Amino acid sequence: MAEGVLREVTLALPMAPEMELEASKTATAIAESIRMSPDRIDEVRMAVVEACINALEHSQAPDREVFVTFQVLGDRGPEKLRILVHDNGVGFSPEGREEPTMASKLKAVRKRGWGLKIIQGLMDEVEIRSGAEGTTVVMSKMR
Amino acid sequence: MTESLNVTVDRRDGLAVIYTEGYINNQGGEEIAKEAYKLLDEGYKALLLNLAGTKIVNSIGISILIEIIEKMLEIDGKLGFCCLTPTIEKTFHIMGLAQYAPIFPNEDAAVAQMRA
Repeated sequence: MAEGVLREVTLALPMAPEMELEASKTATAIAESIRMSPDRIDEVRMAVVEACINALEHSQAPDREVFVTFQVLGDRGPEKLRILVHDNGVGFSPEGREEPTMASKLKAVRKRGWGLKIIQGLMDEVEIRSGAEGTTVVMSKMR
Repeated sequence: MTESLNVTVDRRDGLAVIYTEGYINNQGGEEIAKEAYKLLDEGYKALLLNLAGTKIVNSIGISILIEIIEKMLEIDGKLGFCCLTPTIEKTFHIMGLAQYAPIFPNEDAAVAQMRA
């Protein structure tokens, strides 16, 4: 199974405009290095952008940073890319979130709140760990 | 580091095409909305968003596109999308957006369908 960490890179992003694009560039470079297909790389990029935006906008982290760790996993060679987006913010309750739908958002004043749904739709595996010590979104995609 | 969006408009008989080039984030979405609402004020009720020049969007930008869809539904107008990357198209399907604004593979097909 693809569980051994073959390579790991961590970025510390300051809370500044468009920092999510820096994470997306690193995601692209690492995914290309393991020869992920271009369409799957694009999906990873978009998911990373969404996870970073959530952390940058909502975490209220006192250190004003978001940490993005990229792990290449595999047994004999690269098989999977795992990305952890972590903040030291206030956390949230993923279970308490109402799933957004177009029907509800068209009537709502606030049309945002799609990030997690998009991430879950684009990645193979998604796990959210959130509590008093912040939030970590763990997401993976097979090569 | 900012990656601004360029928006251009082609006004045609009964339909306007909005072309985007760059990242559709909150500012990009606002730029598109500004052009779309200007076109509605001019009397256009059919708008086509050609995203051939956009390789990445975020959900904040898309939420502004949903505001435009809402406005088009209110006035019984039509909004369509064409030339999306596979990931942007997949994202629009994940969100259910394609149920309210059709997605076309290319501009010719979109114009033909939207004028029909």
